[in-house]
Amino acid sequence: MNRESFVPPSAGVSRQNGVRYLCASCAAQVSLTKGEPVRCKECGHRVLYKERSRRVIQFEAR
Amino acid sequence: MVDIHRDYVSNVSSTDFPGNFPGEDHAWDLEKFKSNFNVSISQLTERTSNFDLIGIDTSFANAFRRIMIAEVPSVAIEKVFIEQNTSVIQDEVLASRLGLVPLLVNPDSLDWMVDPLHLNEAHNVENTVAFSLQVKCERNSDGTIKNENVYAKDLKFVPFEGQTISPEPTVAYEDILIAKLRPGQEISLTCWAILGVGSDHAKFSPVATASYRLMPQISILKDIEGEDAIKFQKCFPNGVVDIVDGKPKVVDPRKDTVSREVLRHPEFEGKVKLGRRRDHFIFNIESTGAMTPAEIFLKSVAALREKATVLQSCKLE
Repeated sequence: MNRESFVPPSAGVSRQNGVRYLCASCAAQVSLTKGEPVRCKECGHRVLYKERSRRVIQFEAR
Repeated sequence: MVDIHRDYVSNVSSTDFPGNFPGEDHAWDLEKFKSNFNVSISQLTERTSNFDLIGIDTSFANAFRRIMIAEVPSVAIEKVFIEQNTSVIQDEVLASRLGLVPLLVNPDSLDWMVDPLHLNEAHNVENTVAFSLQVKCERNSDGTIKNENVYAKDLKFVPFEGQTISPEPTVAYEDILIAKLRPGQEISLTCWAILGVGSDHAKFSPVATASYRLMPQISILKDIEGEDAIKFQKCFPNGVVDIVDGKPKVVDPRKDTVSREVLRHPEFEGKVKLGRRRDHFIFNIESTGAMTPAEIFLKSVAALREKATVLQSCKLE
């Protein structure tokens, strides 16, 4: 239960599919690689949000 | 007796202490206390209780109240490890809400974490219970939404390796709303609960309410008759005043809220005196769940006794 034995769940994520985004208009998942136009593949919307990572953050319940 | 007037109260302080009246003793005496003291319980359930302490000084009654609120230990979530939270509620707000969820964990089954910041002390099987909250909101095929609301019952106890706690820790109330989700949103977290006291944070307080009021007293000084008697009766809550032979009779002053309505009417001027008994405390205790109100009160008595013992063993310099 000490700090050293803790393995963050995101440690083994592979990056082969590019970075994952969410469309700001239709909330569809979009995966973009380098050089691709920033555009939703479902609706063509040009605003994409980056997904939140699954890295663990510690908070005090106060 | 505390006197209650139309727009003020008087005679508030106790007078029965040594040195107050020349030539009178008034020192606290155990035998005298034993013969005067009385407890009467009017309601006692798993979560709430209402009882009277009669013949006790304010200093004791108030000490019990304060100890119940601030010094009787209980278990609450202290650390939250958020893996994913895509809901609209912010991480720190969510953590704060989780901390306030009352837990059903026997405080005696956990060890203290001595270091207040937990920096030099590890959490272990003896001093920590872990809960996990894994909720993902999705749209069902029939159009309904699954897991739209996150409730306290979604907090699941996760035992550490080799940890056995009986009864199994749960939340005290299943239907406390923690967050609301929309399809695609997710909350995934683990939290650790430890033992603490209310003086550190209100979430550790074992009581929702611990309060007392003084016993009201209504003295009828002059006869009140006829229509005035009915009017007099209506100045008090139901059951406080009865009418016997056309005259009002105080039957249950404990039910009175001391609204002072009777003092507003000129026809009752000089005929009635309102007061409160200074040594009769009506306690009302509501537990948050982990302990019964009786247990909490007895723990406060034990805590006060412990304080007195420590004081007694101190050497006078």
